Amino acid sequence: MYSVLQDSVDPALLVLDATLVMGCAGIPGLFLKRPGPGQAVAALCTTLAALVGIATALKLLFSGTTASCSLAWNLPFGSCELAIDPLSALFLIPVFLVTAAGSLFAVGYWPAVRNRRSEPGLTFFYGILGASMALVLLARNTLFFMMVWEVMALSAYFLIVTEHEREEVRRAGIIYLLATHCGTALLLLFFSLLAARTGSFLLPATGSLSALTPLAPVMAVAALIGFGAKAGLMPLHFWLPPAHANAPSHVSALMSGVMLKMGIYGILRSASFFYDIPLLWGTLLTIVGLTSALLGIAFALAQRDLKRLLACSSIENIGIITIGTGVALVGAASQSTELVYLGAAGALLHVLNHSLFKPLLFLGSGVIIHATGTRDMNLMGGLGKTMPRIGGLFLVGTVAICGIPPLNGFVSEFLLYLGFFSQIQGDKLIYLMGAAPLLALVGGLAVLTFTKLYSSVFLGTPRSLWSGHRGGELPMGVPMALFALLCLLIGVVPQTALSLVSSAVTALFPRLPLSPLAVEYGAILEKLSLAGVLLLTIVLVITLLWRWRLGREPVTAAPTWGCGYQRGTSRMQYGATSFSELAVSIGNGVLGQRIGRPLLTGLFPERSECSDLPSETLLDRIIAPFLQAVGIAFAFLRRLQNGLMHIYVLYIFATLFILMLWAH
Amino acid sequence: MMNCLIHITLALVMPPLLLGVIGKTKAAFAGRVGAPFLQSYYDIFRLLRKGTVFSSTTSWVFRAGPVVALATTAVAALLVPFGAHPSPISFNGDMILYAYLFALGRFFTMAAALDTGSSFEGMGAAREATFSCLAEPTLFFALITLSRLSSSTNLTGMLSNVSGGAWLYAGASLLLLVGGMFIVLLSENCRIPFDDPNTHLELTMIHEVMVLDHSGPAFALIQYGASMKLFVLGAFFVQLALPFATGNPLADWGVFICSMLLLAIVIGTVESVMARLRLVRVPQLLVAAIILAAFSTLLVIR
Repeated sequence: MYSVLQDSVDPALLVLDATLVMGCAGIPGLFLKRPGPGQAVAALCTTLAALVGIATALKLLFSGTTASCSLAWNLPFGSCELAIDPLSALFLIPVFLVTAAGSLFAVGYWPAVRNRRSEPGLTFFYGILGASMALVLLARNTLFFMMVWEVMALSAYFLIVTEHEREEVRRAGIIYLLATHCGTALLLLFFSLLAARTGSFLLPATGSLSALTPLAPVMAVAALIGFGAKAGLMPLHFWLPPAHANAPSHVSALMSGVMLKMGIYGILRSASFFYDIPLLWGTLLTIVGLTSALLGIAFALAQRDLKRLLACSSIENIGIITIGTGVALVGAASQSTELVYLGAAGALLHVLNHSLFKPLLFLGSGVIIHATGTRDMNLMGGLGKTMPRIGGLFLVGTVAICGIPPLNGFVSEFLLYLGFFSQIQGDKLIYLMGAAPLLALVGGLAVLTFTKLYSSVFLGTPRSLWSGHRGGELPMGVPMALFALLCLLIGVVPQTALSLVSSAVTALFPRLPLSPLAVEYGAILEKLSLAGVLLLTIVLVITLLWRWRLGREPVTAAPTWGCGYQRGTSRMQYGATSFSELAVSIGNGVLGQRIGRPLLTGLFPERSECSDLPSETLLDRIIAPFLQAVGIAFAFLRRLQNGLMHIYVLYIFATLFILMLWAH
Repeated sequence: MMNCLIHITLALVMPPLLLGVIGKTKAAFAGRVGAPFLQSYYDIFRLLRKGTVFSSTTSWVFRAGPVVALATTAVAALLVPFGAHPSPISFNGDMILYAYLFALGRFFTMAAALDTGSSFEGMGAAREATFSCLAEPTLFFALITLSRLSSSTNLTGMLSNVSGGAWLYAGASLLLLVGGMFIVLLSENCRIPFDDPNTHLELTMIHEVMVLDHSGPAFALIQYGASMKLFVLGAFFVQLALPFATGNPLADWGVFICSMLLLAIVIGTVESVMARLRLVRVPQLLVAAIILAAFSTLLVIR
C-alpha cells in the first residue's frame, strides 16, 4: 500500500492525516451507548494511523529531507506553517508508536465493560494527547505551537485525574497543572522575545540567530525553565512522581515515554535557532543533566511504590538525555565536531531508547497492579511463577533501562562515554571527563534500583494475599512484546539505529561536517554489535552444555535452604525496602527516607510496627509552604471567583472593552 | 592467530590455578601443608559430576544466573590484553563494554539469589549491589587516567602503553591508581578484607551467601566464573602494576603467567595478614579507593 502512496502524497499531509485520525479516534466512543466497540474502534484507528505515521517518519529520516505544508487560518499571526524535518521525524516515531501500543494495551487494562464511566473520556483524551504531541512536533508557528502545547498539557491533566474520586489523584493533578502552567508562562515570555527579535511569529530557521545579544541569555533561561518543567529536569521535577504514579498505566507510559521528550524537543529546537551558542549554556545544561540523573536515580532507589520508582527513573533518563544535549552544545561552542556528534547522537538515541523501555516497564507495571491490586513493592513477590511471559518481557525492559549490554540502553550511554573520552587528550574540555565516573555511578545505582524492582515483584514468593484479578493478558502482552523486541533489536544492531539518529543530528547542526563521523562510529557500533552477538552465543553454548550435564545426573526439588531455620515465612524475605536500605543509609543526607524503626525491649518484645516513607523534600518543604503563603496573600482575589456565570460573562465583556479602548 | 589461541587457552584453563596458589600461600602462612595447587580443578570437576537440587521457589531466573555470570566474564576475558599481547577483540570504547559486562553478570547473580526467597541471600545481594556501585567510579577514574597517559581509547592501547617509562614520568599517578585498583580487585572478587570466600554463614558475608542454594554443575559454573573474574580483573591490574615486556612473544607469555602467579601470592599474603573488615567500614574503604583514583586522574590532567 505504501509504495503506491509514496510518490503521490505529500508526506507532511500524510502525517497530518494520521494525526487527525489519532486525535479523533476516541470520539465515536463518546456517543455509543454500549461499552466496548468505541474502545476497539479507537485502538484500531490509532494503530492504523501509527503505521502510516511511522512509515512516513522513517522514510523522511532515511532520506534526510524536510516535508512542509501550510494550514489556512484567519488569525493575525502569520501563516500557520507545518514542517517535518529529520528532528521532528525522529520524535514522531515514539509519539505514534507509544500512543498506538498504549491504546491496544488499554483494551485489556482498562476494559470499557468494567469501567463504563471513565473509559470514554480516557480514550478520548488519550487520542487528543497523542495527536497534540504530534502537532507540537510539526508546528512552525509560535502561536500554533503554544496552542497545541496547551492542548497537550490539558489533555494530560484530564488523563491524570481519571480516577478523580481519590484525593491523592486530585492532588497529583493540581500539582501537575501548576508546574505545567508555570512552564507555559515562561514559554510565552520566550516566544514573545523571539517574535520581537525576528519580527515574525514563525520559528526562526536553524542557525539564524546570534546568541551574543543581551536578551539571548534571558531567552535561554526562559526556554530552559519552560521546556525543562515539561521534561522534568531537576529541580522542576516535583510534579512528575505523583502524576505518573496516579495516572492509569498506559497513560503513564505515554507521558513518561513521550510527553517528557517534548520538553527535550523544545530545548533542542530552541538551541538550533542560534549559531554561536556560548560555552556556558552547554556547560550549564550538562550540569543540570548530571544533577537530574544522579538525584533522579537516587530518589528512585528509595521508593517503595512501583510506579513512583519508574517515574523517578524517568527523571534520571531525562537527565542522561540532557547531559548529551549539553555535551553537544559544549562541542559546538568549542568547535569539536566529534563532541557535537557523540553528544547529540547519544542524546537522541537515548530519547528513542527511553521511549521503548520505559513504556514497556510502565505497561508491565499495569499488568502487575492488575494482578496484585497494589502498587507497594513490599507486598509483592513471586509473580514470575504465575505469569512467566510478562516476567520475561519485564526483565528485558529492566536490563535495558539499567544500560547494560547487550540491550539498547547501553548503546546510547556508550556513545556518551565515547564523547567524554574523546576530549581527554585536549586541555580545554578536560573537565568533561569528570562526567564519566558520575555516569558510571548512575549506572551502578540503576542496577541496584532495578534489581530491587524486579526481584521484589517477580522473584521469591508472594509477600501477601492479593486482591487483584487476572485476564486480558493477551492485549496487554502484545504491546509489551513489541517494545521488548525493539529494545533487543537496537541492542543487537545499534549501527542501524545510529544511522537513523544521524540524520536528525545533521539537521540540528547543518554547518558541521558530521557525515565522516557517522561512518566512523557506525563501524565502532558494528564491533559492539559483534561483541553482543558473541555474548549471546556464549550464553547459549554454556546453557546447552549445562543442560547436557543436568540431563545425566538426578535433579531434585527441595525448599530453599533456611540455614537450619525451619519456620521461614515469605514475610521474612528481603523486600524492596530492606534491599535498598543499606545503599539509602549511605546517602541519607540527600534522600531523607524516613524509616520508623520499632523499639524492641525485653526477651519477648510486644508487637510493633516498622514504617518506611520516602520524602519529597522539595515538594513538601519548599513548594507546598510557598504556595500556601501565596494562597493567603492573594486571598482577596477569591472574591472575583464567585461561580456565577453571568458575572464571568461580564468580566469577558469588560476585558474586551478595555482592550478595544487601549487599541484605539 | 597463535597469540589469540594462547590467550583463549590461558583464559579458559589458568583461572582456577590462581585460587590454588592463594590457598597454598595462606596455608604456608598458617604453617600447614594445604590443599594441592590443583584443588580448585578437582572441586569443579567433582561438582560437574554431581546431581542438582533446585529450590522449589525458584524460576528460570535462578538457572540463568550462573550461566550469564560466566558468559559475561568470558567475553570480558576476550577484551582485556594479557601482558604485552593485544587482546583478541579490541575497538575504540571497549573499556566501557568491559566495565558494563560485569554489571550484567552481577544483575543476574543477584536476581538468582533473590529468586530463592531466602533472607540470607537477599542480604548478600543487597550488599553486593551497594558495594559494587561504589567500585564503579574507581574503575572509570582509572580508565580516564590510562586513556590520558596513552592517548588511546581502547583497553589494549591503554594497558600496553603502561611500561617502565610511564612509571618514570607518571609514577605518582600510577602508584595511586595501583592502590585504588587493588582495593577494587579485592572487593569485586570478594576477598578478605571485604568478604571471606571460605565461609558461608556468618552475617558479614556478601558474595558467598548469594550462591548458597546453587548446587552441582550450576555451582561448578559459579566457582569457575568467580575464578575467571579474578583472572580477568587481575590481568588488568597486573599490566598496571608490573608492566614488564621483553619483546619476545613467548617470553612475554611467560612473564604474564609469572606476574599472575605473583598476584595470587600477594592476595594470599593480604588474606593471611588481615582480618575481615566490619561491614560499616567497607563503604569507607571503597570511597577511599575512589578518592585515590580521582587523585591519580588529577595528577595526569593538571
